[in-house]
Amino acid sequence: MGKIINKKDIKHIAKLAELKYSDAEIDKITDQLDKIINHITKIGQADTSNIVPTSHVLEITNVYREDKVRISFTREESFKNAPLEDEDGFKVPKID
Amino acid sequence: MENEFADIKNEYETVIGLETHVELSTETKMFCGCKLSFGAQPNTYTCPICLGHPGSLPVINKKAIENAIKIALALNCNICENAVFHRKNYFYPDMPKNYQISQFDMPVGINGYIDVDMGSYVRKVRVTRVHVEEDTGKLIHIGSTGRISEADYSIVDFNRAGTPLIEIVTMPDIKSPDEAKQYMITLRNILLTLDVSDCSMEEGSIRSDANVSVKLISSDKLGTRTEIKNLNSFRFLQRGLEYEVDRHIDIIKSGGKVIQQTRHYDNKTQTTMVLREKEEAHDYRYFPDPDLVPMKIKEDWINKIKDTIPELPSAKEKRYKDFLGLSDYDSSFMANDFEISSYFEEVLKHHDNAKAACNWIMGDFSAFINKDGITLRQSKITPENLAGLIKMIDSKEINGKIAKLVFEEMYNTGKNPTDIILEKGLKQINDTEKLEKIIDEVILKNPDAVSQYKSGKSKAISYLVGQVMAKTHGKANPQIVNEIIIKKLS
Amino acid sequence: MSLINLGAYELNELIKKKEISVFEIAKAYVQRIDEVENDINAFISFDNDLVFSRAREIDKYIKDGNDILDFTGIPIAIKDNVCTKGIKTTCASKMLSNYVAVYDATVINKLNRHRFLMIGKANMDEFAMGSSNENSAFGVVRNPWNLDCVPGGSSGGPAASVAAFETACSLGSDTGGSIRQPASLCGIVGLKPTYGRVSRYGLVAFASSLDQIGPLTRNVKDSAALLEAIAGYDEYDSTSINTDVPNYKSFLNTDIKGMRIGIPKELMIKEIDCEVKSSVNNALRMLEKSGAIVEEVSLPNLEYALSVFYVIAPSEASSNLSRFDGVRYGYRNTKSRTIREMYKKTRAEGFGPEVKRRIMIGTYCLSSGYYDAYYDKAKRVRTLIINDFKKAFLEYDVLISPTSPTTAFKIGDRADDPLTMYLSDVCTIPVNLAGIPAISLPCGVSKNNLPIGIQVIGDILREDNVLKIASAIESEVKWKMNLQI
Repeated sequence: MGKIINKKDIKHIAKLAELKYSDAEIDKITDQLDKIINHITKIGQADTSNIVPTSHVLEITNVYREDKVRISFTREESFKNAPLEDEDGFKVPKID
Repeated sequence: MENEFADIKNEYETVIGLETHVELSTETKMFCGCKLSFGAQPNTYTCPICLGHPGSLPVINKKAIENAIKIALALNCNICENAVFHRKNYFYPDMPKNYQISQFDMPVGINGYIDVDMGSYVRKVRVTRVHVEEDTGKLIHIGSTGRISEADYSIVDFNRAGTPLIEIVTMPDIKSPDEAKQYMITLRNILLTLDVSDCSMEEGSIRSDANVSVKLISSDKLGTRTEIKNLNSFRFLQRGLEYEVDRHIDIIKSGGKVIQQTRHYDNKTQTTMVLREKEEAHDYRYFPDPDLVPMKIKEDWINKIKDTIPELPSAKEKRYKDFLGLSDYDSSFMANDFEISSYFEEVLKHHDNAKAACNWIMGDFSAFINKDGITLRQSKITPENLAGLIKMIDSKEINGKIAKLVFEEMYNTGKNPTDIILEKGLKQINDTEKLEKIIDEVILKNPDAVSQYKSGKSKAISYLVGQVMAKTHGKANPQIVNEIIIKKLS
Repeated sequence: MSLINLGAYELNELIKKKEISVFEIAKAYVQRIDEVENDINAFISFDNDLVFSRAREIDKYIKDGNDILDFTGIPIAIKDNVCTKGIKTTCASKMLSNYVAVYDATVINKLNRHRFLMIGKANMDEFAMGSSNENSAFGVVRNPWNLDCVPGGSSGGPAASVAAFETACSLGSDTGGSIRQPASLCGIVGLKPTYGRVSRYGLVAFASSLDQIGPLTRNVKDSAALLEAIAGYDEYDSTSINTDVPNYKSFLNTDIKGMRIGIPKELMIKEIDCEVKSSVNNALRMLEKSGAIVEEVSLPNLEYALSVFYVIAPSEASSNLSRFDGVRYGYRNTKSRTIREMYKKTRAEGFGPEVKRRIMIGTYCLSSGYYDAYYDKAKRVRTLIINDFKKAFLEYDVLISPTSPTTAFKIGDRADDPLTMYLSDVCTIPVNLAGIPAISLPCGVSKNNLPIGIQVIGDILREDNVLKIASAIESEVKWKMNLQI
């Protein structure tokens, strides 16, 4: 089984996903993901010419709501689970 | 400067494409029932859906889709029968779900255009797509300067998150900053006519990102483009682009290379500054949002929406020309500004004299409001009162000279013309008996002029009319006075 | 006989006859929980006082002369990924360990109309990712049949609590088998309804196009009744089906003569334990005796199902779980100086290894350059699988297979090998990909005293056929329960 995924890939994917693996963890996850992705590549063998992709198993279309106002949160409800907030909003560290 | 720019233009070609975001003025947000509210107490117009709480699901606001279709139709787009919402994945603290529900390869409208009237020519700007998405929340950067890079921390307000947003993307068909500005004006006017957005610049309900590049006319190779983000006024758009075009040309002239960048226009310095270097290849991982089902926009629905589209500015202009008899210039002036045309048409509703209404709006009225830096609607003169004034002139209740006085009074006080005329006794004197008495007096007192007239100097009559006007404080009907004098002296 | 041994419908009858109060039921269950919960660990949130005060309220409601519905006063455990207003909803994750839901899921609203007795919030694999309930920030759940074994997952808590008589029934969620597989491993009945039959509003999403909420019960009748109570159109869920909810209870104990049953040979593979196979075959013989026609059928594309699932589910999950960033709710690393640092540390510390693994797989499959080969391709193969089922259902009323290739395995046995763990769901995953309904119910007990489950699969919205056959199996196939506790 050839390697599909290497450490560099893992670092790139982790960056996209806003995750972080320590140097100690990275070999393990690389190995695990490589095995899984190797297994997944099996789908490549299926003949899907002229086959449309399925996003929804049900053929439902045009589901809308009317433009009617519903009750919003109170300020307290908004902040109920907030890790850190002040008067005006959710506080977050400096944006980089 | 103008000429310099023209010279440069001769050597270099500017290529501009615009991406405009328009906030729709629906009652509620795109995917939840929270009311749209600008300037409300932060985070009070939120719910599990627009705060991205676990387990919540979006449901599409039908009105927003109808408005998007309306816009796409007005921009001559093809409506895509199968329109789909995708997720655009990236992390940013103003995004409640860290993905934005947007449209990718199956937007509501594609392949449209806007004709931008540049006075001496028309620039056809192709519109590649009209799509629907949700707006983000608002970030406030707390720190000494309020700038993101120098902030200690930031505060997020999610009231705006989930506001329906329409993105309108053009082909790079725009050839100058001036055209870009005119495109924005034209687009905004169409959107205002459609009544789908308040298009408020201050509140950021319409804002553009501009892609600009410059190339030698002789060259086939496109220049490297830069993007200026978030231009939320016509002036900023034009100035930002002018600066950027100059900057590109300077770099090319000095043998340098333009670097692909995202830039920001700073009105204080009137320059653009780097926001970030060439995107570290954003990977948005678009995929169809499995929480939403596809839209199926069929002919009958489109037709229903078509019926709700009011007369658009281009059709208005043609009607003003063909049916109201306005000149090319006047028609364009009246039709291509939503506020002016709506004001104009309201005046006509009360009194049907298009030419006079047009003349007042373009003449005295424009002069007054320009001086005060206000708009027609902000002035104290209602369309009904302006119509009343024109009606009085037409029915010869007052003459043109008095009308100007009345207009000024209307402008200053907001009173209606009838009251002003009554108050100030400005009604025109059309009573021949009354006028004959005054004329007789004038003829008696001015034998010289009379004899000059009789000896064939016909001009002398205007002196006599003038005397009558002076005696009546301008209220005499000059035409009637003229006729009586001729009759009396013949 | 203790009250806890009764099924929901039996309790319901006693309540209707005013022979027992809800408070008495509550007392019996609380006592049982006190006895066994230390061993089982089926609950994340459980509060005696709250249960009693709810029970008293319901008793008053009944006393006031209000209608008694199927689940009035019936103890139901709720998987901890279903939002319950004012009550912690943790998804068994450190990320949400202090998260108090701010609204009720639609299924909770529906059950509240019945005045059900919420007994507690049930343990699970973190964010419903797992097949053993070992991926919980709140500790493993143990199988009541054998405390050294896993209860299955991800609805391990809901399944174990029903099997251990800690609740009359429970609600779980099923993305790739998360109701049916633990039901099978715990010897109870678990039903995954047709996709869209039950509203997902308030179910913390794992994979949106696959997730469904469904009942875990001790018998088929309770399953039918609980489905009836939670099913139906919901304007808050665009993917919910807008058709009437049938009277599911009416499909029980009906004649199955002439019903056609297909056995997909792709689900009777070598990985299936001999004992499991023979139990399932035994059940099939009973069905034949009752007049059903049983035939082998081939759904060739099922061989891709596992791979398709492990593209689609993680892809959707990677996006669904992006919202857990420490900004608006949930765990936050408070020592970060910048937002990116906070994101990374919050998510690295807040999510367990399996959740992170799936986010990584999904992010990879959606990322630029790989989308076509993985995500798009998987969605096309999904179509092939759906077509296979469509074809099969032209000929058969239901399809039958084992639920799980094996009986409950030992805690720790597969914990370090994700791929082997994923294989636990090989028989259940195709059902989610096709959006069709399926039930798992016990069909025997292995020599080492672990229950064996059989899976009955129906066509879209044909829960009726599923229940008919399940009911027949339940009444014909005898087995003996022998819990360790």
